[in-house]
Amino acid sequence: MSIIVTDSGFAPAGADSHFLDIDAGHPPTDLADELNNIEAIRIEFASFADGRGFTLARQLRLMGFGGRLRARGQIMCEQYAMARRAGFDEVEISDADAVRQPQENWLARANWAAHDYQSQLRRPSS
Amino acid sequence: MYRYNDFDHGFVRERVRQFRSQVQARIDGVISEDEFKPLRLMNGLYLQLHAYMLRVAIPYGTLSSAQMRALAMISQRWDKGYGHFTTRQNIQYNWPKLRDVPDILSDLADVEMHAIQTSGNTIRNITADHFAGAARDEIADPRPYAELIRQWSTDHPEFQFLPRKFKIAVTGSSDDRAVTRAHDIGLRMARGQDGDIGFEVIVGGGLGRTPVIGEVLREFLPVQDLLPYIEAIVSVYNMLGRRDNKYKARIKITVRENGIDKIRELVEAEFILRRASFGGADQELLARIKTAFPAPDFIDAPIANFKTALAANDDFATWVETNLSPHKNPDYAIVTISLKTLGATPGDATDTQMQVMANLAEQFSHDELRVSHEQNIILPHVHKSHLAEIYARLADVQLAAANVGLASDFIACPGMDYCTLATARSIPIAQEIAARIDELKIERDVGLLKIKISGCINACGHHHLAHIGILGLDRAGVENYQITLGGDATQNAEIGKRAGPGFPADEIVSAIERLLEAYLAQRTSRTETFLETYRRIGIEPFKIALYGDGKANHAA
Amino acid sequence: MSAVFKPKAVTANDLLEGDAVWLNVAGGWTRDIRKAAIIEDEAKGQSLLAAALQQEDVVVDAYLAEIRIGEDGPEPVHFREVFRTRGPSNYRHGKQEADNVPL
Repeated sequence: MSIIVTDSGFAPAGADSHFLDIDAGHPPTDLADELNNIEAIRIEFASFADGRGFTLARQLRLMGFGGRLRARGQIMCEQYAMARRAGFDEVEISDADAVRQPQENWLARANWAAHDYQSQLRRPSS
Repeated sequence: MYRYNDFDHGFVRERVRQFRSQVQARIDGVISEDEFKPLRLMNGLYLQLHAYMLRVAIPYGTLSSAQMRALAMISQRWDKGYGHFTTRQNIQYNWPKLRDVPDILSDLADVEMHAIQTSGNTIRNITADHFAGAARDEIADPRPYAELIRQWSTDHPEFQFLPRKFKIAVTGSSDDRAVTRAHDIGLRMARGQDGDIGFEVIVGGGLGRTPVIGEVLREFLPVQDLLPYIEAIVSVYNMLGRRDNKYKARIKITVRENGIDKIRELVEAEFILRRASFGGADQELLARIKTAFPAPDFIDAPIANFKTALAANDDFATWVETNLSPHKNPDYAIVTISLKTLGATPGDATDTQMQVMANLAEQFSHDELRVSHEQNIILPHVHKSHLAEIYARLADVQLAAANVGLASDFIACPGMDYCTLATARSIPIAQEIAARIDELKIERDVGLLKIKISGCINACGHHHLAHIGILGLDRAGVENYQITLGGDATQNAEIGKRAGPGFPADEIVSAIERLLEAYLAQRTSRTETFLETYRRIGIEPFKIALYGDGKANHAA
Repeated sequence: MSAVFKPKAVTANDLLEGDAVWLNVAGGWTRDIRKAAIIEDEAKGQSLLAAALQQEDVVVDAYLAEIRIGEDGPEPVHFREVFRTRGPSNYRHGKQEADNVPL
C-alpha cells in the first residue's frame, strides 16, 4: 500500500484513476499527440536528488496537459512545495516513508502557493 | 541598490523559520544526518575540516554600508572576528556553531541577506562585474538583470535538484571582469541592430577537473526573452545532464557530449514553450528593479586637493597608480581596496576592517561597496577630492596595500587550512610568495600579473585562468604544487597550460621566483606584460626556468 | 601475503561544534588525539567504525584514520590529519588555541 499526499494531508491510495506510468527521464514530446486523451500521469522519482521529474511535470503542463499529475517514489516532504509548484497535483509515497516523514511535516508545506517567486514573475502584466 | 519588498522579506523570514526547526530536529535526533545534510546545504551550511562554515550570498557582489556593518557584527558576535570573501563574491564564516546558525540567518535577514542556494546542485549566487554602474566602458548597469535572475532562480521549483551546481555571471562591459566565459551561463551585454540592449549568451564554461571556455549559444538575446531563455537552458540541462558521474555532471560536459548545435536546437524549442508562460509581469518587475539602481547623485566639487596630495605623498601616489580604475564620471574614481596586505590571508577582512570600509562607503561612495571575484572590496563611486582621506583611513587598518593587479594580488581558495575537499594548503603558499616578492622588491617592476592558487582540482582559486596558476595536490602524503602558465580570465579567456611536474611546498616559492626572473629577462620592454611575453615566446623558456635545460620534457 | 595492518583511530566531527574528535577507549569522544583508542586490526576497526556511525546524535562523518604511536600516545600520520589536530595555519584558531597542543 502507499499514501497519497495532498494539501489536506494523507489519504490511502485508492483505485481511482487510470495512470500512465512514466519515469522522470521520459521525453515529453513522445506524448504530445495523445495528451488530450490521457486521464492521469504518474512520474516516478527514483531518488530525491534527481530533479528531472519537476521539469518533466512543468513541460507536460506547458504542453497543455490538464489531467491529474502525480509524483511517486523518493520525495522528501521539503520537496512537496516544489512538486506542487511544478504542476503536480499530489505525491505518492510508501507506507514506510509516511512513517518516517509523518503527515504534519507535509502539511507544514501545504502553504506552497505562498512565498513563491515564480508566481511573482509569471502573472500577466497588469 | 535593490531593497527587499514585503515579498522578499516574507520569503527569507519563512526560510529562517523552517531552518530553525530543521536544526532543532537534527539536534533532538528527530532527523538523521542524511536527511539534514541536503537541508543545511540548501541554507549554505557546510561541515569543514575544523568547524561548520556558513557561506552567505552577496548577490552580484553589491553591499550597502549597513550590510557590511552587519557582516562585521556577525563575525564579531558569532564567529572569530573576521570573514573570508570568495571568488563567487560571497562571504564565508569559518567558525559558526550549529546551534547559532538560525540566529545568524535571522541577523542576516535583518539587513536583507541570506545564505540560500550558496551550496547544493542548484543555481548559485548570480555574480556580476564588480565595477557595474561605475565603469567607463559599460553599455548599461548589469545588476538589474542579475537581480531579476536572482528572483527567478531563488527557490525555483524545477531547479533545486539539478545534476550539479549551476553558476551564472553577467557583465555590461566589453572588458569582461566577471569571467563570463568560465560560467555555466555567461551573459555579456550587447546592442542589437536597432541599438536595443540584449545579451550574448555563453554556455558551458567552467573550471574544475575539466576546464572549458564557454561557447556562444545565442549571439543576441533581447532583454525581454532573458528569463524564458535561461529557463530553457537550465531545463534542457536538468533533463539531459549526466547523473551517473559527478565529474561529468556539469553542463560543460553535457554540451561537449551532445554538441553545441544539438543543445541550441533543444534550447530554442524549449524556449518557445517557456516564453508562453511569462505573461509580462517579469518585464514590469524588471522596470521596477531598474529604478532601484539609479546613477548616483554625483557631486560637483573641485579636485585640486587630490593633485596636491599626489605631489606631497609618494605612498598615496603609488596606491593611486594601482588601486584606482577609471570611472564614467571623470571627477570620480573606482577604488579597489586590496585584501592582500603583506602577511594577511587573501580575501579575509576583520570586523574592524569591515566597519572601516562600511564607514568609508557611507561617507564617500554613495553608500555602496562591491566584492570582486578577485577577493578585494570596491568603493565604486568616489569623488577624487576624497581619495587622500580614504587612503589615510585605510592605512590605519592595514588596508592600504598598493598591489591591485600585481603579483601579490592573489586569488587563493581557503585550501586545506579550512576546506574538507582540499588536497593541499593554499593560504601559506600565497603568504610565502608575497613575502618573497616583497624581499626582492620586484613587484612594481614585474607589473600586471595574475597569480591564482587552488588547493584542489575543483579550482575555486581559478588557477586555470591565471597567468601563473598554482594547483595544490597530495602526492603520496606530501603537499605538491603544479604550475600552469598563460591562462587568462578576461574576454580573451584562455585555459593555462601545465608547465610540468609539481614542486614540493618548500620549492614552489623559488620556482615562482624563477618564472618572474625569466620574464624580466625576456620581455622586450617594461610595457610588455608577463602574459604578452608568454604569448610571444611560448612556454619553453619558462619550462627551462623551472626545470633547467633539457629536463622539462622527460620529467615524470 | 597480506598487507601489514597500520594502526588507526576512529575520527569524526562533533555535531554541535563541528570540530575534530576521536573515539576513546571508553567509547566516548575526545578532542585530543593522544587519548584516542588505538585500533590494531581490521575487524576491530570495522566494528568500532560501524558503532561510531550509529552515534549520529553526537558526531558526523566518522571514518578510520591512520595513526602512529608516539611517546604521548597516538599521533596523526597524513598531513590532513595533522591539521585536524591543531587548526589552520594562518591563525592560531581551533585546537591550537589551547596551550596543551603543540604546533
